[in-house]
Amino acid sequence: MASLIELKGIHKAFGDTVVLDDFDLTVAQNEFVTLLGPSGCGKTTTLRIVGGFEKPDEGRVYFEGQDITDVPPNKRHINTVFQKYALFPHMNVEQNIAFGLKISGKTDQYIRDKVKYALKLVNLDGFEQRRIESLSGGQQQRIAMARAIVNEPKALLLDEPLGALDLKLRQDMQYELIRLKNELGITFLYVTHDQEEALTMSDKVVVMNGGYIQQIGTPEEIYNEPQNAFVADFIGDSNIFDAVMLEDRLVKIGNTVFDCVDEGFGRNKPVDVMIRPEDILIGKPGQGRVDAVVTHNIFIGVYYEMEIEADGITWLAQNTTSYPVGTHVSIGVDPFNIQIMHKPKTREEEAIEIDV
Amino acid sequence: MYKKPLAVPFIVWIIAGTLIPLAVIAYYGLTDRSGAFTLANITAIMGAEHAKALWLALLLALVSTLICLILALPLALILKNSSFGKKGFMVFIFVLPMWMNFLLRTMAWQVLLERGGLINKAFTFIGLPNLQIINTPAAIILGMVYDFLPFMVLPIYNAMLKIGDDVVEAAYDLGAGKAKVFTSVILPLSVPGIASGITMVFVPALTTFVISNMLGGGKINLIGNIIEQEFTTTSNWNLGSGLSLVMMIFIVISMALLGKLDKNGEGTLI
Repeated sequence: MASLIELKGIHKAFGDTVVLDDFDLTVAQNEFVTLLGPSGCGKTTTLRIVGGFEKPDEGRVYFEGQDITDVPPNKRHINTVFQKYALFPHMNVEQNIAFGLKISGKTDQYIRDKVKYALKLVNLDGFEQRRIESLSGGQQQRIAMARAIVNEPKALLLDEPLGALDLKLRQDMQYELIRLKNELGITFLYVTHDQEEALTMSDKVVVMNGGYIQQIGTPEEIYNEPQNAFVADFIGDSNIFDAVMLEDRLVKIGNTVFDCVDEGFGRNKPVDVMIRPEDILIGKPGQGRVDAVVTHNIFIGVYYEMEIEADGITWLAQNTTSYPVGTHVSIGVDPFNIQIMHKPKTREEEAIEIDV
Repeated sequence: MYKKPLAVPFIVWIIAGTLIPLAVIAYYGLTDRSGAFTLANITAIMGAEHAKALWLALLLALVSTLICLILALPLALILKNSSFGKKGFMVFIFVLPMWMNFLLRTMAWQVLLERGGLINKAFTFIGLPNLQIINTPAAIILGMVYDFLPFMVLPIYNAMLKIGDDVVEAAYDLGAGKAKVFTSVILPLSVPGIASGITMVFVPALTTFVISNMLGGGKINLIGNIIEQEFTTTSNWNLGSGLSLVMMIFIVISMALLGKLDKNGEGTLI
């Protein structure tokens, strides 16, 4: 896939606070790329640098191979959907959507048709004459989408566009966004701190922390094979343990030795181990790897979430079968469900460099 | 209609400070010296001298309001866009002259503009022809602009502060250049501030007699001067009150027109 947006060696600081340091990122044509991370990780700054609202202190931004680092936002073929929608309050819906088209000097007929088409696309037919303040948050969000996509940008930047919506609406909008992306065939660069949004919609997820990229991968890779404890912890629920890699395919968690599938970590090396709660097998005492006692049990919808204590270590387990508190059980894990990760030695190493 | 006891001082104030004086003015304005009802004091505005003074007052107030607006728009924009620490300082510097006595400020211009005043001395020194603007309408306009400019800048600045950065960025994002962003986003969203700025400059400019007295050399009579003279020199309170009522009608009309633009009441902020 041809690369559309390329960031090379970006450094950005606000005062003494370094937000991005030697940051590289490539976004391919027609990709849905999500920047995911906690607040303050530099994801919004990255987006604003691509949009042209911030200038990097160092490094260059390329768009279709052209250096656009010094090109102002109004001259970039990129449009943005802002976090708080940023609709023009003194204009009605039609005027808002037509704003960019008028500037590019399109004919009235073209603008009318295009506004109609855009409103249809976001399921708000007939809203042309509505005033902005009469719209709900979800509707404003769709108008902001429509206003951006009528200009047929090559790339659409979205800065936590669903952040202000309630859960149900947010889930609906996630499907809408995927549909829009497929219908329009434009590149989406999406910023969020919500891991569920990132996993649902993206072709590629970029997990960020402290201005560094922690991992780049497909949603499956990020979830199943996190490369460090931060990613494992940030994406979904997880058990993360200090452990020792005894030899290839053998890891010791606490005093219990587990079979695993990882090789090449060396002998007796301290590592981080990540095991998803749903991958923990609960059986009768003596059947599993280690005997344990259930200490907490809550029902959270599809499954029961339990804390199980084994040999001084607390495991978080999720299971559709409920084991009441105090039940004596045993736990085991299939070897391929144990994810072994290097321990970060320095802050620099925490930001594993990945070429995509 | 709740907390009635708390409203008492306010009601007393309204009655003593607004309603009674207004009634007195209306009484004087609608009677002659003997106390008999007459409209002569009102229709007196049609008299050649009065009509001319009113016309000149309207013209000068309009021109100085316009100049204030032209100066205030870019100034408010600069204030809005300056960095946070700088912003407070600049607003402070700008408002600082307002803390000085109004008469002193106007008198200062008198001294500066005089035939042998500081400005002309400086002009002579560098070989430029002398300015002859003291005692002309131009000097009065200068005084009005100088005195009333902050009242135009502050409400516009307040209105502009409320415009979110993201709205401005959205306009750039959609391809608008600087000029387009100003005319189609910043200016329309500043209208409430502009409206109250115009009110707060136009009304005092229309009724002033101090500025025209001091910088017009007593030769240029605005409607404010005429009214003042009726109360002081001529001691014809009836005529003065009658003309005041006419002025009030003009002001009420202009406020009503501008009030339509200022829905959010920016004017109440200073």
